[in-house]
Amino acid sequence: MSDEIKRGLQSPLRRKLLMGMAALPAISMLSRPSFGAGPATSAVNTTGLAVTDTEVTCGILHSATGTMAISETGSIQAEKLAIEQINAMGGILGRKIKFIQEDGASDWPTFAEKAKKLLVNDKVAAIMGCWTSASRKAVLPVMEQYNGMLYYPTFYEGLEQSKNVIYTGQEATQQILAGLNWIAKEKGAKSFFFIGSDYIWPRTSNKIARKHVENVLKGKVVGEEYYALGSTQFNSVINKIKLTKPDVIFTDVVGGSNVAFYKQLKAAGIDLSKQALLTISVTEDEIDGIGGENIAGAYACMKYFQSLDNPNNKAFVPAFKKQWGEKTVIGDVTQAAYLGPWLWKLTVEKAGSFDIDKVAAASPGIEFKGAPEGYVRIHENHHLWSKTRVGRAKLDGQFELIYETADLVEPDPFPKGYQ
Amino acid sequence: MFGDYSLGDLGSIFVMQGFAGLILFSVYVLMALGLAIIFGQMGVINMAHGEFMILGAYVTWMTSNLFQTYLPGLFAGYFFLAMILAFLASGALGMLVEWGLIRHLYKRPLDTLLATWGLSLILQQAYRSIFGAREVGVELPPWMLGSLKVTDSIEVPINGVFVMCLTVLITIVVAYVMYKSRWGRQVRAVVQNRIMAGAVGINTEKVDRYTFGLGCGIAGIAGSAFTMIGSTGPTSGQLYIVDTFLVVVFGGAASLLGTIASAFSISQTQSTLEFFMSGSMAKVLTLLAVVGILMLRPQGLFALKVRK
Amino acid sequence: MTNARFATRSELIGILVLAVFLVVILPLCLDVFRLNLVAKYLTYAFVALGLVICWGYGGILSLGQGVFFGLGGYCMAMFLKLEASSVENTKIQSTPGIPDFMDWNQITALPMFWKPFHSLTLTIIAVILVPGIFALIIGAAMFKRRVGGTYFAIITQAVAAILTILIVGQQGYTGGINGMTDLRTLKGWDIRPDHAKIVLYFFEVACLFGCIFIAQFIRHSKLGRILVAMRDKEDRVRFSGYSVANFKIFAFCVAAVFAAIGGAMFALNVGFMSPSFVGIVPSIEMVIYTAVGGRLSILGAVYGTLLVNFAKTSLSESFPELWLFGLGGLFIAVVLAFPNGLAGIWQDHVQPRIDRLLSSRKPKPAAGWTDNSVADGAPAE
Repeated sequence: MSDEIKRGLQSPLRRKLLMGMAALPAISMLSRPSFGAGPATSAVNTTGLAVTDTEVTCGILHSATGTMAISETGSIQAEKLAIEQINAMGGILGRKIKFIQEDGASDWPTFAEKAKKLLVNDKVAAIMGCWTSASRKAVLPVMEQYNGMLYYPTFYEGLEQSKNVIYTGQEATQQILAGLNWIAKEKGAKSFFFIGSDYIWPRTSNKIARKHVENVLKGKVVGEEYYALGSTQFNSVINKIKLTKPDVIFTDVVGGSNVAFYKQLKAAGIDLSKQALLTISVTEDEIDGIGGENIAGAYACMKYFQSLDNPNNKAFVPAFKKQWGEKTVIGDVTQAAYLGPWLWKLTVEKAGSFDIDKVAAASPGIEFKGAPEGYVRIHENHHLWSKTRVGRAKLDGQFELIYETADLVEPDPFPKGYQ
Repeated sequence: MFGDYSLGDLGSIFVMQGFAGLILFSVYVLMALGLAIIFGQMGVINMAHGEFMILGAYVTWMTSNLFQTYLPGLFAGYFFLAMILAFLASGALGMLVEWGLIRHLYKRPLDTLLATWGLSLILQQAYRSIFGAREVGVELPPWMLGSLKVTDSIEVPINGVFVMCLTVLITIVVAYVMYKSRWGRQVRAVVQNRIMAGAVGINTEKVDRYTFGLGCGIAGIAGSAFTMIGSTGPTSGQLYIVDTFLVVVFGGAASLLGTIASAFSISQTQSTLEFFMSGSMAKVLTLLAVVGILMLRPQGLFALKVRK
Repeated sequence: MTNARFATRSELIGILVLAVFLVVILPLCLDVFRLNLVAKYLTYAFVALGLVICWGYGGILSLGQGVFFGLGGYCMAMFLKLEASSVENTKIQSTPGIPDFMDWNQITALPMFWKPFHSLTLTIIAVILVPGIFALIIGAAMFKRRVGGTYFAIITQAVAAILTILIVGQQGYTGGINGMTDLRTLKGWDIRPDHAKIVLYFFEVACLFGCIFIAQFIRHSKLGRILVAMRDKEDRVRFSGYSVANFKIFAFCVAAVFAAIGGAMFALNVGFMSPSFVGIVPSIEMVIYTAVGGRLSILGAVYGTLLVNFAKTSLSESFPELWLFGLGGLFIAVVLAFPNGLAGIWQDHVQPRIDRLLSSRKPKPAAGWTDNSVADGAPAE
């Protein structure tokens, strides 16, 4: 067992795990794990999942090809790392995690098809996967029909809740409201200009943001613009921004469009050290493509930054880099993807069973103290309680933490007054 | 929507908006020029055009990395070398493709479309395997960033000016090569009557190869220039391909002037509409207008009368 | 071959073989999951079939078949979505009884153009008519002005791009990029469980054979021969007094309606419809199915679709990277080496050997481009 992994387990977590695995010989924590010493398979698997005495199979379902491969690569890497670390500690209920990776190919029906294959043919006990809302929407009916368990890592628009999904990213109100409050207070911002990519997440997020700005902050939205996914020409909207002179530019532009948007913003002479810009879609991953010099000074609002200064993260970042290369960066979603296998392990051990119904029922209240973002807990609605943070982009492509909420923010996928 | 703003504000916005339209125009011309040569002169539809552009972008990215590592002192000027390299790389690949693929299909234009689509898939996956799935950011020399302050309220992005100058330069060079040089006469001779051109001693195969190479090379330069405004990833090329084809078809395939005129009208329409409505609606309306006009005038704005 | 026979003997055998393959062999060999995959692939076979008529025989290459597949699919999906959005299913919404994505986009009443889709009859009519009329308009505008070949291909592509942007942009009315998901019942009959999938599969195969028979009929009628003549020497057909444009419009409309039926079947079998089937990429991929099967072969289109999709699924399961290289290579290989696809290979290499083996009759001459007697043999599988 490598040092990184030992450090990856903070002591409270280790205690909890030890308690959870009381049936296991404690030496498996210290020496090479041996599998097959857990409770009998017939006891932990009553629904015919792919669980043997020594192994349990889970699925990884992301796009390895197509346009979304850019974003989903980090999630795949994080999930594999977490699985490897869990295996090094003795697996789940004494069983080694084996994963089957499927490629969603950035194509939503393919996601549904592969999810079905994982559940029906491979009988996986859980699926770590999906990235875009569209892929999740395509997979969701499959998960519900065949009773699977999906750990979904991306921050998303909310308006959804399922027995068969654990949302390890933030839903929209969780992510946005704290950031808006902060910027309104800190910068005295009154007027906002929204710009997003044209699909459900930015539209819903902006809807929530607009209600909050108008009803709670008593501010004004001076513009709301959407561009088709993949758009690369933003000069017109930049002129509109110049005309309306908003206090804050609020952006949820995604993918390759980001690069074009920030490059053109800078070229147009909008200086982000003077003009406040709050984004909810740019993580360290995106900055890699945008270039630190083009976005330095912008504020981002999410739950995790690679630069977070806490012991969990100090162990996680080097372990990730050791596995996937010095140059890789870790964004919010990558971290959320890393939580998936860990939360699954903790839940299964609490439930004492791999059965989906028992895992779903045991999920609320599961605490994970070893998360790189800090302590998280699963809410009754299957989302995570988490802190929201505001970071400021630096030249080197990292964020500097500016603000974090004092308490965990409650996930509220169906927010009253914001619909 | 303009009630709240002073006349001065509005004036400078309109100037800048006009400029935004001009930048879009340059971008379209740059994209379409290479395709116009290949499609117009050879009748070949090169669906891999976007991928040739992206090759140019990746070459630029590699050059910038090389300069940062080995010649940091000359970094300010790397972009010019990068563009030449991009031209050579894309042009060379283009000639190779012509030799291996296109020349077997001159009699079946619809089939070149399928074959080059296949080629574009292969190139995309090759980029993904070589450079990784993530987008790469090309670092620009400092003098290319930022904007020129014309007046207090009018600012003009420097990279936009650069793209415009580049477009003008390349258009002039291409126009000269196609209409004034001996080689250009040969190309046009081959277009108008291949057999007769061969009979008077023009090496038609060689002309074809160099024409295709030139078109792809210009795509490479376009890709190189686009690193300034857009992103570079394995699938970025696909974003440009429909726009590019529409510009060429709208202009009338065989006419350089037509390509420029159509790029101008499409870009101005789009950028004006974008100012008054949402970006994606503006795009739909522009495309609809183009298709509508093409239905009324299928041969495009400027058509060369050729006996078919 | 002057008589308008419906099919030659070898074609009948071919159809029979395909029928046995689809109706008996596949359902016996595959589990429900794989069978449902086959059902999904076969929806594309409708498009490929249309392309045989319009591209192979009519010489009109449309790179926008996804538009019609999408229109048909969306019509069906709208009906299913309305049924899935009953008031009790959607009571957590601010406006119950409308599809969930409308609720997310602050739409409080069902838009007018959704209303007809409460009725299954109107929906089925719409599945046929909407794409058919759309194709008629495009075709009339293009072919009457003698636009053809590559120009037509590019314009259809632009139409595909426009429709995609439109669907994605108007998400309150269309579900945006997510598409319409979570389709549940057809007239109260749950389309999701395994037994429903099997019923739907057989229903789809029946429809496919219906389309195959129509295609056969067109091919063997005078109409089909005019199409071929037109493809090869358009001017001569025109000088003979035929209205070339009308024949082209007809072929294009038939292809569009076939594609739309495929789309509707897709929505039923997969329980899902999204703009990712409308755009340029799927449209071109559908062309390759036809090309692989053999652009002149009606049955080849079905085999080509199945083969490419099987390869896609199995290759992308094991080597996702390789798949794009493979698909790209396939495009090039089909164009350069096997312009007649699987059917051509069968025709040139397999059929003569079988004939020699049986030696019951003389080997047929190899089929040329204009030969109307191209037999649709089942290619080796």
